[in-house]
Amino acid sequence: MYGKGILKGLRVTWNRFWNTYIEDISWLLQGKKRYYTKEGVEHRSSKNTRGIFTVQYPEEQLIAPEEFRYVPFLVYDEGAEGKKEVRCTSCGICAKVCPPQCIWIVRTNDPNTGRPIPQPAEFYIDMDICMNCGFCAEYCPFDAIKMDHEFDIASYDRNVYNLEKLLKPASYYAEIRPLNYAREEEARKAKEAAKAAKAEASASA
Amino acid sequence: MTAPASTTTVDLIARFPNSVSADARPGYAGFIVNKESLLEVATAIRDEFGYDLLTAVTGADYIAENKMEVVYHAYKTTGGPGLVFRVQVERADPVEVPSLVGLWPGVDFQEREAWDLYGIKFTGHPDLRRILMWEGFEGHPLRKDWKEAFFEEEAKPFKSRWPDGQHSYVEFKNPFRDNLNFPKDFDPEKYQPENEKDLYSSLERFSTQTEDGLKTDQIVVNMGPHHPSTHGVLRVAVKLEGETIVGLKPVMGYLHRNHDKIGERNTFLQNIPYTDRLDYFNSMSNNFGYVTTIEKLMNIPVAERAEYIRVIMAELSRIQNHFIFIGMLINDLGSMYTPSLYAFEERELILDIFEAVSGARMMCNYFRFGGVARDVPDDVMQKIKDLVYDRIAAKTDEMERFLNENEVLVGRLKGVRMINAEDAIRYSVTGPVLRAAGVPYDIRRADPYSIYDRFDFDVAVRYNGDMYDNYLIRFDEIRQSLRILEQALKQIPEGPINSQKPQYQVRVPAGEAYGRVESPKGELAYYVVSNGKPNPYRYHVRPPSFVNLTAIEHICKGSKIQDFVALLAMLDIVMGELDR
Amino acid sequence: MESEKLSLPNYNIPDDLQNVVAITTLDRLYNWGRRSSVWPLMFGLACCAIEMIAAQASRYDMARFGMEVMRPTPRQADMMLVSGTVTKKMLPVLIRLYNQMPEPKYVVAMGACASSGGPFKEGYNVVAGIDKFLPVDVYIPGCPPTPQALIAGLIKLQEKIDKQSIKKVRWYQKGKTDANYVPMPVLGPDLIDVRRSAEYKAAAAQKEGAE
Repeated sequence: MYGKGILKGLRVTWNRFWNTYIEDISWLLQGKKRYYTKEGVEHRSSKNTRGIFTVQYPEEQLIAPEEFRYVPFLVYDEGAEGKKEVRCTSCGICAKVCPPQCIWIVRTNDPNTGRPIPQPAEFYIDMDICMNCGFCAEYCPFDAIKMDHEFDIASYDRNVYNLEKLLKPASYYAEIRPLNYAREEEARKAKEAAKAAKAEASASA
Repeated sequence: MTAPASTTTVDLIARFPNSVSADARPGYAGFIVNKESLLEVATAIRDEFGYDLLTAVTGADYIAENKMEVVYHAYKTTGGPGLVFRVQVERADPVEVPSLVGLWPGVDFQEREAWDLYGIKFTGHPDLRRILMWEGFEGHPLRKDWKEAFFEEEAKPFKSRWPDGQHSYVEFKNPFRDNLNFPKDFDPEKYQPENEKDLYSSLERFSTQTEDGLKTDQIVVNMGPHHPSTHGVLRVAVKLEGETIVGLKPVMGYLHRNHDKIGERNTFLQNIPYTDRLDYFNSMSNNFGYVTTIEKLMNIPVAERAEYIRVIMAELSRIQNHFIFIGMLINDLGSMYTPSLYAFEERELILDIFEAVSGARMMCNYFRFGGVARDVPDDVMQKIKDLVYDRIAAKTDEMERFLNENEVLVGRLKGVRMINAEDAIRYSVTGPVLRAAGVPYDIRRADPYSIYDRFDFDVAVRYNGDMYDNYLIRFDEIRQSLRILEQALKQIPEGPINSQKPQYQVRVPAGEAYGRVESPKGELAYYVVSNGKPNPYRYHVRPPSFVNLTAIEHICKGSKIQDFVALLAMLDIVMGELDR
Repeated sequence: MESEKLSLPNYNIPDDLQNVVAITTLDRLYNWGRRSSVWPLMFGLACCAIEMIAAQASRYDMARFGMEVMRPTPRQADMMLVSGTVTKKMLPVLIRLYNQMPEPKYVVAMGACASSGGPFKEGYNVVAGIDKFLPVDVYIPGCPPTPQALIAGLIKLQEKIDKQSIKKVRWYQKGKTDANYVPMPVLGPDLIDVRRSAEYKAAAAQKEGAE
């Protein structure tokens, strides 16, 4: 019969249409909120999702995985009296590895000796060139540059970020990437302990 | 990893002692053929030795030796390693090489590309026009002595970035204050732009026929570059006799982003994120092809676990590509949105996995030389298993129920001839289109790379070569990918994910490599020449879309104009890799 | 009643007129109308276009913002979403599309490439930023911006529309009828922006090392 295939197909759309309401009712019966909750968004991104699939940004947001990357930022540790201890040593590896070459670093020089100090005097990232590849964060030996989760950065002008705009505290980094942060801190502590043990051993010898 | 292409089985030198010699340069393989006898040798390679599929033709500029080279890669559709032969010519003006378009019509666009970017004149080519740039553009950009307007340095990293990297726009370093380069004493006001006479004259001319006193005129219709159904910025000039297509020329280059030129300035590592942007649906497959090629050059092993992760990601990528293909095809056929929305739903779920392992949905930048960037965490592995075991198969079935018996769809697709097996091979068509024409040629089986030889799967093949078969074969391939995924997810071992230490500068020995993978759209290959420096000397992408499109005129001739959009959709082109 | 004060948003309506009249300013009405039905031009260039399609698809669903009606013809579109790398070869087409769009019209540079050339900026066939030719309203960094980032950028555009005044928008200015028309660039030995041809001529004359 001509039209059988079309009807068969329409059954699929029919089912998918009602799935939304079936799910709504089943969530209601279970006493759970389907919309505007983390649980609801999680369910809609899982293998069991059926019916409505929309995540209503900006009211609700997709749960960004830890590795999600958008644009880079620089990490600083909060020192005493709110002093910003920038982790970056201006070694230049990020600028060298950057594929579109969008990182500009000015190294600080000691005004007396003229020798370089491990601290950036200026740090620019041209966000309109950055390709979000994440190489800078991956190859930074000091865990100083990381990829941000924040994507809401549209503006009315071109975006060249300078050092001030790039800096974000380590606590923010720990918040968006807890596992990575914990792993790096552990490695750092182990390294420091090894260093201290070595210093002790050489002092006692 | 695949073994380097072996050529010992072919005794080309014994057959042509006077005109063929072995390439003795270290790191190179294959044969150097005299320019004068190229046609004769190529005919023998095709007819006597059985290398019927000429996959890649590309130029290379060896400026230090004052030579230009044209490299050909030929394969057998029955499988096995390939044969490399090349022609070397003096770097004089003009550089001339005989065209092989009579033997393999599939080299048409590739030869035009070599003419456009290298200025190599292929004598005997019927329609040698610029292909990626426009007529009237100054110079041949891939020549080593040609510099673009924003040229900063020969190789990255640029010295101006560190240690004294004051930010400045590169525009200010250029006399024209923009990405522009005009010849000396150029006067824009007196300039007369070239018209597109060549394009239209290349369309086959038919004399106006009079039948029963009825005078018919042929008209030329331009589709694109802004057209919703050309999958991006492709333009086609179609010559019509009534509604029948009598001639058709694609015009491309509207997304020519100079991957080759930029790739020769990048370091080897820096090219990985650029490959993401070739076929932007399948960044995982693109990464796969590139790192396979460089690993061939570096001769390094790949960590066992990473091999499995690579296969898993590549096959997931294939599944989402085919879902999108189905959705977009139906869109092009006029059923706006519903099927493609369903397809996008599955794609989003797969992209979630890519995002969780690599950090980005589309531009994954996940593969590294010797392995992958980071391990797949257990929860993500579970997510992959959930999708593969529980969801995708069911959704594929649902999609089939939804569409495959739909009378309108079947009526539109069934029996509309696309291409037959012989023509597909002559036109170097690869991928699902070739397999739907009845040639069971899949690089995963024919010339296995990575660990595909460990999996039990069938090469999807259909025999009618019409549009309906081309459509159904995508479902077959999704099923086969699921089979591979199920095995890979069972077998994946624990262990390190990279055989190398993470390093931002890799040493790549001098030599050349041609690495190819079966991307969802066909054979994706990279031809890379290294001279031992940190950046490749020649970096060429052989994209499946570009070469498959060569056959479009042959496919469409005689069809109706309303089928053109569907036929184009069947080729599954993506402009990012077509124009590069 | 002072008529000027009526246009202030916090104007107090007398008690006896509550629920009888609603007052607003023409600007707010006009802006509300435009912001709630920004129809994009169905026009994809490169990778970003795929994210634009994804934003149109079911998960992100731009229809919630009145932006689902992608018009293939520029005559019916309000916003040009420049989604991807603009090459020199493509630019004349893009400018023609822009010129064909009726006012009010907005341009959103989606992604790094449209904003400034992006990772392909150094390429010989790439326009280093669409803002050299078109007035860009919102720049969305990212390569490519995720659909959520795109929607965030479009919300920024809506905010911008909200602040506009019918008296000041460039397309209703007297004597500036050509303000929305961008002359077509010409493809010569390189891309010729006809507005700058005198500048090019001078620079070309001074160029060293003639070949």
